[in-house]
Order: sequence, then C-alpha cells, then structure tokens
Amino acid sequence: MTIKIAVVQFPGANCDLDAIHVLNNVIGVETSLVWHNHFKEAEFDGVILPGGFSFGDYLRAGIIAAHSPALDEARIMLKDGRPILGICNGFQILTEAEFLPGALLQNDSLKFVCKWINIRVENNNTPFTRKMKNGDVLDIPIAHGEGRYFTDNLKELEENQQIVFKYSDENGKYTQKANPNGSMENIAGICNLERNCMGLMPHPERASEAILSPKCTTHGKLFFDSMVEFIKRRS
Amino acid sequence: MDQSEFEIEISLENKPAARDPVAETIKRDLLAKKGYDIISRVRSGQYLRIILKANNEEDAKETVTKMCNALRIFNPVTQNLNIINVKKL
Repeated sequence: MTIKIAVVQFPGANCDLDAIHVLNNVIGVETSLVWHNHFKEAEFDGVILPGGFSFGDYLRAGIIAAHSPALDEARIMLKDGRPILGICNGFQILTEAEFLPGALLQNDSLKFVCKWINIRVENNNTPFTRKMKNGDVLDIPIAHGEGRYFTDNLKELEENQQIVFKYSDENGKYTQKANPNGSMENIAGICNLERNCMGLMPHPERASEAILSPKCTTHGKLFFDSMVEFIKRRS
Repeated sequence: MDQSEFEIEISLENKPAARDPVAETIKRDLLAKKGYDIISRVRSGQYLRIILKANNEEDAKETVTKMCNALRIFNPVTQNLNIINVKKL
C-alpha cells in the first residue's frame, strides 16, 4: 500500500518544509504540503500540523487556525483513529481546537527559548512513540515563546496516561532547571484518550538527521518511523 | 424596534491558578524596585472594545458573551471573561 501523509500549511508556518523533507527524504513516505483551506482528509492516512506561527498568533497562539476548515477535516480523522501530530504551533492549535486538553501559556521567563534540550518518554503506547521505550531520554530542540503547559485537570491526565513526554535532564531526572518554560509537571507533550492525537512543543523534524544534532543523534526520526509503522499496521 | 449602537469593553484575565509572569515581572522588577511597596497584587490581561448593534444593554451583553464562548475568544481553561463596561453610543 502507498501511505500518504499531509503537512497542513497555515499562513505563518515555518517548519512545514522541514517536516516534508524528513518524511519524503529521510523516512521515504509520500507527503504533501497542503494549504489549510484545501486540505481534504479523505486523501490522507495521517496529518501533521507543523510548527512556526499561524495568522500572526493574534489573540492567542493557535486560536485562529483552530477555526480553519482544516481542523473540521482533521476532526473526522480524529474520530476514525487516523494519527494527528501537532508540533509546537501545531500543539497550540490542537489545544485551542480542543483535540487535546489544557493550554499553552507564555513561557515563565517571558522570553522566546530556542535550544536543544532533553525529554523523557512517559508513554510509548501511542502511534508516535511505539519505536521508543518508556524512560528513554531524547535529544531534541525547542523554539517557542508560548510553551508553558497548563491544565486544570492534571489528575485526570496522569490517571489516563496522557502525558507522553516530560522535560528532563540528560539522565532522565525531572528538575526545575530542565524545565525550559515553566510547564506544569515538566510536561512537554500529551495525547488524547484514544492515543491517535499527540501534541508536543519540541521539534522532531529538526532532530531526524545526525548532521543537525549537536550529539549526532537522530531521535526525532523515531516519531515519524512510529507514525508510519502505526499506519501500515492499521491498514 | 430600532436597534442602537453599544460599546462593550471586556477584559480577559488568567485564572488565579494559572501563573501570570507578565504581572509578576511588573510587580517584582518594576514596582517593588521603585519603592511602590503599597502594591500587593497585579494581574495582566487582554482588553477588547467591541461596538455592536443591539436592542438594549442586556441584549448587547448577551450577544457578546455568547460570541466569546462560541468562538473561544477567551480560553476557558486559563482565562476568565469580564465585561467591564457597557454604554449606549
């Protein structure tokens, strides 16, 4: 079978081509860049909402894009179990569209943070983490101004194992120093109850080739390999 | 009945449980450092002024509240919506 993945482009997206490059040239899966008003779910097995900005991030990051017709299409995929991955601004869009619980607030430092950090895998039972092991520590970059995860229902998130990644030090310890934005419980990424929708602030598409990583790691590739394997097994 | 124009001012403020680093910085790094120790609390937020046609003040408030809820003009997870002023133009 031929797998087809879409990367939805909103006005202001700037990590869209990175995601396309990794999927097409590193993973080897047919991936299309689709303008948000033209996105039709029926043509695709999975979708990625990329990082960058959308609609100037006016009012709140992701809120205007959350009302785009692309999200109505993606809601159909959400319901029938196809994988939806939101990276950075994509994560913000998914929370504003209520695909995922909680919200992403301005970093506690009030600064845009752009650096390589570590995250620890909390749940490898998702379509995006099945190639990882729980407790694995990944090298991955972040670049955001509004990444402070907040929820008014942390208990439920923990009980349902919806926390997929937490910021940690390189030994996998959750320290305040390792938390780059003040996120509640060091949360870096979460999924929905059904596990087919995940959002995270770090950028796997920038961590999928050794030449781009300060430690020559390719941990970001695991996200896309996992997603592709999930789609193959599903069909 | 002829509709009139109303101006509604609303503020969107983070809920008490959501930290507000903008306000914390204003208080800690500006007000406290300049000797304004009488200030006990600061909260920041967003402000919108909306002008609309409505039958009366109550109608105008209801329309704006419904609109803000339906379109998530405020984020109900983290923010409270306050109508701070309504006036007939």
